[in-house]
Amino acid sequence: MSEIRLKIDGKEVTVEAGKTILDAARKAGIDIPTVCHHEKLESFGGCRLCTVEAESGGRTNLVAACIYPAANDLVVWTRSPQIDKIRKVLTEQLLAYAPESEVLKAIAEDYHADKDRFPKEPSFCILCGLCVRYCAEVKKKNVVGFLDRGPCREINFIPELAAVECWDCKECFPLCPTSALQAAFVLTEALISLSPSLQKIDTRAKTASA
Amino acid sequence: MDTTNISAIIDKYNGEASALIQILLDIQNDLHWLPREALELVSERLGVPMSRIQHTATFYKAFSLVPKGRHEINVCVGTACHVRGANRVLEVVQNITGIQPGETDADLKFSLETVNCLGCCALGPVMEIDEQHLGKLAPAMAADLLKGYQ
Ligand code: SF4
Ligand code: FES
Repeated sequence: MSEIRLKIDGKEVTVEAGKTILDAARKAGIDIPTVCHHEKLESFGGCRLCTVEAESGGRTNLVAACIYPAANDLVVWTRSPQIDKIRKVLTEQLLAYAPESEVLKAIAEDYHADKDRFPKEPSFCILCGLCVRYCAEVKKKNVVGFLDRGPCREINFIPELAAVECWDCKECFPLCPTSALQAAFVLTEALISLSPSLQKIDTRAKTASA
Repeated sequence: MDTTNISAIIDKYNGEASALIQILLDIQNDLHWLPREALELVSERLGVPMSRIQHTATFYKAFSLVPKGRHEINVCVGTACHVRGANRVLEVVQNITGIQPGETDADLKFSLETVNCLGCCALGPVMEIDEQHLGKLAPAMAADLLKGYQ
């Protein structure tokens, strides 16, 4: 496989073709903050916390490192006043939705983000899509998905599938950067316990009565 | 529920997953909503997981997961129609149909929505019923037009 040479923060880095800027930076031990990225999953480009400056052909663009392919002669800067400001504001906005998120609080500290800058609107879910993608790509169960769009967008378990698949898995719980996923799950659990038709397919009920 | 029509729609697109939106649109046109059984059949035949179908069906406003009326009324309340009196037209439509924007009446006769531009501002105030544009409306005229729908 062909190799790609690029420069990140002044350091020469070589990676295989097809890798992203983020892969290259991690290989070189350069830290770029991420929220929606996970090694086992397809890149999503949802949170934009990984924004970096990428310079090629004399032009500098702000790109998401987790989806931007590493290319020859690319010059990348992972810190600059502009990038720091972008990350700071993004973190402040996300914290308005998920004030208790440990992941976000850690990033806030690094970038001097003020967690109280925006009025709190705790929906808890920051729509990073980790749970949705993990269930679809790794577990191939598609139990949890997105609903609606824009400001109304949310995640949602499909109760019929959750009643069968989730009890022994719950692998998405630790992935969630906030507590939204578990809250959504508890709600689904309550729905299942209240619905006679869902009770019938609930795998826990079956094992208990067997 | 009779699913022969839905099967026929899916067949028309050879059960291709990439035709998901088109298939959902055809079902929506046919039944005026997307019943759960229909979505389950689509999911099974296309091999597209239910979570993806839900995402798509809730993303576009053209789809509805609750039954809609036989006639869909879209009253334009965009800027041009607004200054030409769209609100009074809307008021009359609401009074006659007895429903608010976003609602459907109990007989499933009308569904009402407001939209922000129908692309023919010169004809304002405009409303659209079953994809037919009705322009240069006066409140009384809108009332007469509505009476023609069964
Ligand atoms: S529930 Fe958690 S993991 Fe899932 S999209 Fe929301 S924040 Fe991300
Ligand atoms: S980590 Fe790149 S956009 Fe979220």
